[in-house]
Amino acid sequence: MRIEFLYWESCPSHQDARALLDDVLAERGIEATVDVREVRTDADAESLGFPGSPTIRIDGRDVDAAGASATPTLTCRVYRRPDGRVSPLPSREQIEAALP
Amino acid sequence: MTLPLGAEAPPFELPGVDGGNHSLEEYSDVPALVVIWSCNHCPYVQAWEERMVELQRDYADRGVRLVAINSNDVDRYPADSFEAMQKRARERGFNFDYLFDGDQSVGRAYGAERTPEVFLFDRARTLVYHGAIDDSYEEENVSARYLRDALDALADGREPPLAETPPVGCTVKWR
Repeated sequence: MRIEFLYWESCPSHQDARALLDDVLAERGIEATVDVREVRTDADAESLGFPGSPTIRIDGRDVDAAGASATPTLTCRVYRRPDGRVSPLPSREQIEAALP
Repeated sequence: MTLPLGAEAPPFELPGVDGGNHSLEEYSDVPALVVIWSCNHCPYVQAWEERMVELQRDYADRGVRLVAINSNDVDRYPADSFEAMQKRARERGFNFDYLFDGDQSVGRAYGAERTPEVFLFDRARTLVYHGAIDDSYEEENVSARYLRDALDALADGREPPLAETPPVGCTVKWR
């Protein structure tokens, strides 16, 4: 399994998101290497198709498909919860659902 | 550098989403002025937005005015353009002035760094609280309501119990 974790340092949500990802992986007993990559420039964001920080992809699939097509840029990413609320990081359920 | 506690509010005159210009002088008779750096695109702002509306609603009868200012570079972040601000204010029912700092000079004068970031001024327009609205962007996890506590203290003639907390949010997008 390939897990990518892309983040922009200026957005503070990446630390909580990484902790959440690790927690979900541990809970599911998944031992996988997380490919962590810092996105530093607009050019990086463009080439990586980075819609905002943090972005988590599992086997190439974004944990939030709805937000994956946003214009690549250095920004904090908007995640929407099922009840319509906005969050700066994906929910536990979104990460769990993206795992095989 | 961020405005230090005890500093006087730097003046401003900025266009608002209501079509009028708004200056610091306009609020000179209010007992407490809450200036919040804000924008459209930031998920932290969006998560706190409803609480901003509730704050203005709950403290209006005590004369408190809340003013949100967007200083972001709209060339790189078009979601924060003035037209987009007007649209968001309508859609979200903003009951406070939402001002556009197009040349970023006001943001620099206050030393704003994050969105949202609160600067609370007392009647003399002295900075008495700076930082976050409360301690969690997730409303259900809030355990400390910093700004409400500070406003309550001001209304009672006391100093805010906490004068400074770290603002949590997106960075202000400078050119």
